[in-house]
Amino acid sequence: MRLRTTALAGTLLLLTGCGAADMTQQASPFAGARGAKTVTLSVQSWVGAQANVSVAQYLLEHELGYRVDTVQVDEVPAWDALSQGRVDAILEDWGHPDQEQRYVDDKGTIARGGGLGVTGHIGWYVPTYLAKQHPDITDWRNLDKYAPLFRTAESGSKGQLLDGSPSYVTNDKALVKNLHLDYQVVFAGSEAAQITQIRQFAKEKKPFLTYWYAPQWLFEKVPMTEVKLPPYKEGCDADPEKVACAYPHTPLQKYLNAGFAKDGSKAAAFLKKFRWTTEDQNEVSLMIADEKLSPEEAAKKWVESHRSTWQAWLP
Amino acid sequence: MATITAPTSPRTLPSTLKRPAVRKLLTLAAIAAILVPLLTTRWPGTTWPAQLTVDLTTPLTHTSDWIIDNRDTHPLFLYGLGHVSNAVVLSVRAVYLALLTAGWPGVTALAALTAWRVAGPRLAAGTTAAFLTCAALGMWVPTMQTLALMVVAVAASVAVGTVLGLAAGLSGRTDRALRPVLDTMQVLPAFAYLLPVVLVFGIGVPAAVLATVVYAAPPMARLTALGLRGADREVLEAVDSLGATARQRLLTARIPLARKDLLLGVNQTIMMALSMAVIASVIGAGGLGDRVYQALASVDVGAALAAGIPIVLLAVVLDRVTAAAGAGVRPVRRAVWVPALAAAAAVALAARLTGRTDWPTGWTLHIAEPVNRAVDWMTAHLYSGVPVVGGTADWAARFTTWILDPVRAGLLWLPWWSVLLAVAALAWLIGTWRTALTAVLALAAIGVLGVWKPSMDTLSQVLAAVAVTLVVGVATGIAAARSDRFERLLRPVLDVCQTMPQFVYLIPVVALFGVGRAPAVAAAVVYALPAVVRITTQGLRQVDPAALEAAGSLGATGWQQLRQVQLPLARPALLLAVNQGVVLVLAVVIIGGLVGGGALGYDVVFGLAQGDLATGLVAGAAIVCLGLMLDRVTQPTGRRTTKGA
Repeated sequence: MRLRTTALAGTLLLLTGCGAADMTQQASPFAGARGAKTVTLSVQSWVGAQANVSVAQYLLEHELGYRVDTVQVDEVPAWDALSQGRVDAILEDWGHPDQEQRYVDDKGTIARGGGLGVTGHIGWYVPTYLAKQHPDITDWRNLDKYAPLFRTAESGSKGQLLDGSPSYVTNDKALVKNLHLDYQVVFAGSEAAQITQIRQFAKEKKPFLTYWYAPQWLFEKVPMTEVKLPPYKEGCDADPEKVACAYPHTPLQKYLNAGFAKDGSKAAAFLKKFRWTTEDQNEVSLMIADEKLSPEEAAKKWVESHRSTWQAWLP
Repeated sequence: MATITAPTSPRTLPSTLKRPAVRKLLTLAAIAAILVPLLTTRWPGTTWPAQLTVDLTTPLTHTSDWIIDNRDTHPLFLYGLGHVSNAVVLSVRAVYLALLTAGWPGVTALAALTAWRVAGPRLAAGTTAAFLTCAALGMWVPTMQTLALMVVAVAASVAVGTVLGLAAGLSGRTDRALRPVLDTMQVLPAFAYLLPVVLVFGIGVPAAVLATVVYAAPPMARLTALGLRGADREVLEAVDSLGATARQRLLTARIPLARKDLLLGVNQTIMMALSMAVIASVIGAGGLGDRVYQALASVDVGAALAAGIPIVLLAVVLDRVTAAAGAGVRPVRRAVWVPALAAAAAVALAARLTGRTDWPTGWTLHIAEPVNRAVDWMTAHLYSGVPVVGGTADWAARFTTWILDPVRAGLLWLPWWSVLLAVAALAWLIGTWRTALTAVLALAAIGVLGVWKPSMDTLSQVLAAVAVTLVVGVATGIAAARSDRFERLLRPVLDVCQTMPQFVYLIPVVALFGVGRAPAVAAAVVYALPAVVRITTQGLRQVDPAALEAAGSLGATGWQQLRQVQLPLARPALLLAVNQGVVLVLAVVIIGGLVGGGALGYDVVFGLAQGDLATGLVAGAAIVCLGLMLDRVTQPTGRRTTKGA
C-alpha cells in the first residue's frame, strides 16, 4: 500500500511536473483517505453552522455512503475556498453581496444552493432580566440614560456594547457614531469569548448590552430581549459609514462549488434539498454547545427523531 | 546618527563624559535639540502627523483583487506556485496515507524503537505512552494529520534552513546579508505570516505548510551557520594539512564538528513547526489544531484540551528525543535502523492482518466532561466575590483601570518624536548605534503605515505583560536555581505552558478575567513565563561557584550572595530573559485579539476573517516593526558577537 502510494505520487508528480498546475483545483490531502467518495463541508465558527454540518455529515455518511471532511473557515475565506473547490459547500451564509457578485455572477465558480429554511437576524440585545427591571431600555433612544449601567473597565466612562468575532457582519461602530450614543464598542474578538463573557454576566445578573443574532442556542440559556433600533428600510445600510438603521432579516442561503453542483452526484442533490427550520437547528445546536454532546452524537439524536423531515432530502 | 558619534575624542573631555552611556545620551540630546523644534513647528500634535503617512489601502486592495482574479489563469500561478502547492499536497498525502496504513500499532512501534535507539529505554517508554495517550483520547486521526503536515514542513524547513545556513557558514558576505533577515524573522509573531500566504495559496494545507516553513526555517539556518563558523580552527588546519579538498573538508570536518548545532537546529525547527501547525488551523491546516479551534467555537474547553494534550505530548517527545540525539547520548549507527524498521513493519503488518489498525472505540477516554466541570467550578468560584482578595474579574478590572489604561494613555499622550527618542536612547544604552537605528526606523515605519494609535495600544499591553512576566518569572527562576527539587517539579509545568496551544487556554482566561485586554495580557504571561524562568535559572546556576564561595567565606548571607554576586554576574542571562520575554509576549498579545485585546491583534484577525488584505497586512507589518523595535531595544550588545563572528 505504501509502495503503491509512493509510486502513485511519483507518477502524478511526473505527470504534472511539466504541465500547468491549477492550484485552485486541488483537494485537501486528507480527503478520501479510505478510498470513499468524499465531500468537504465548510464549518463556520458558530454553533448553528456546526449543527447544519453535523446533520448533513451524518446523513451523507450513514445514508449515502460518503466520507465527509469538515474544515473550519471564516465566512469570507470560505467563499474563496468554495470557489477553489477546497470545500464543496457552505450550508449557511448570512449574505455577502460582494462575494456573490464576484464568484457566482462574474466567475461562475460557485452555484447557489437554495435556502436553508432558517431566517437570520442580527441585533442589539439586553438580558431579559434587565428589560423587566427597566422596560424602556429596549428603545435605542433611552440607551444613553442607561449607559452608566453598562460601564466596564474596557469601555471606561462610556457604556460597553459587546461585539463579537471580526468575521461577523457588523455596522455597530457606525451605528454608535451616527446615533450619537454614549457607548464604546468592545470587540470580544471571537464568538467563544463573547459567549463566555455573556454567561459570566448572566450568572451574576449583571446588565450588559451585546451584538447578537438569531437563531442562536444561547437564547435558551440566557434569555435576551432585542433593543429596537431605527427600523430597517431597503438600502439604508448601503453606505457602511452612514448606517443608522437596524439590521435586516436575512433568509440564510446555501452555496455549492459550481463543479460539484453540476457533476450530478447524490451528495450535491442531497445538499440542495437540505432544508430545515430554526427550531430544528436550535435543537441540534443546544445539544452540541450546552449538553456538550459531540456534533456526531447530536446529529444522530436528531436524525433518529426526525425521520420524516430528512427522508425528503434524500435523492 | 552614526556619523555624528565618531568625532568625539575622550581625551579632551571631562571625566563624566568618558562614560559611554553619558556620551551616547549627550549625542542624542544634541540631535534632539536640532530636530525636535523643526519637527514640532512643522507637524504639531502628539500623534504621528497625518502628512507623513502612506495609505496602502488602494494598492493592497488592487493586489488582492488581482490575485483572486488571476489565480486560475496567470502563468505565475499555473507554472510556478501551482507546482509548489501540488508538491506539498502530494507529499503530505503520501506521508498521511503511510501513517494510516501503519495504523496505531505500527506508528507507535516505529516511534518507540526510534526513541530507544536514539535516546534510550526511558524515552522509548515515554514515547509509547505519549502515542497511546493520543489514541486513547480519540485523537488518532487528527494526530496523524498533524504529524503528516509536520513531517513535510519540518523536512522542507530543514532543507531550506540547511542550504541557507551552509551559504552563510561558508561565505562571510552571505552571512552578513542573511543575518539581519534571519534575526528579523526570528521575532515575527506567527500570526503575521498567515494572511499573505492565504491570499496566494488559498485556505488549506499548502498555505499552512508554507507558513510553517517560513516560520520554522530560520532557526535551522542560524544554527547551521553558527555551527560551521564555530568549528575549531586547529582541527580545520589539521585537515587542510592532510591535503583535503574544500568539499572533503566540509563533509569530513566542518559538518561533523557542527553536528551538535545542526541537531539543535532540527530540534528548534520541530518545536516552531509544531506551534505553527496549531496556529495555522486558522487557515485550514486541519488536524489537531483544527480540533482545538472547532472546540473553541462551542466554548468547549474539555474538547479543546483533548486535542491540546496530544500536541503537548508530541512536542515533549520530539523535543526530548531530538535533544538526546543532539547531546549524543548514544552514537547512532546506520545498522540499527534496519532492525528498527523491520520490527515496526512487522508490528504494522500483524496489526493489519488481525484488523486492528483502528483504535478500538471502547478504549477511548472521555476527558472533556470532567474537564469542563472543573473549569466551570473554577470560573464560578473565582470569578468574583472571593472574600478578602476579590474575584479574578475584579483584579482584571483593576489591572485594566490602574495599569493598562494609564500606560496606554501615557504612550498616546507623549508626542511621537519623544517616543522615538526614548526608544533610541534605550536601544543605544543597551546595544549599539546599529540596534538603536533599526529600532527607531521600525517605530517610524509604524507611523508611516498610519497605525500609530493601535500600535501604541498593543505596546502598552506588551509592556504591562512583560513587567508581570519578569517579576513572576525572575522570582520563580531564583527559587528554582536555589532548589533542585523545585526545579524538577517545575519542569513539566513549564513544558506544558510552553507547548500547550494558546487557543486552549483562551476560554478559561476569558471566563476568569472577562473580555478585554486583561485576558490577553494573562495569556501572554502564561506563554512567556517558561522561557524567562528557564533562562534566569540557567543564568544563576552558571555563576562561578568560586565567586559564591568567596562571598560565603566573607560572611555574606544567602540574600546578600544573591543580590550582590549572583544577580550581577548573571546579568547577560537576565537581559536575554527580558529579550525573550518581550518577543514571546508580543506573539501572544496578538492572539489576544481573539479575546478582546483589540488593537493590532484584532486588525490581523479581522484581516484574516474578512479577507481584507489592506487592514490585515498593514497591521501585520506594524506587528513586525513593533517586534523588531522591541527586540532591538532589549538586545544586549554581546548577543551577536558571542559566537561565529
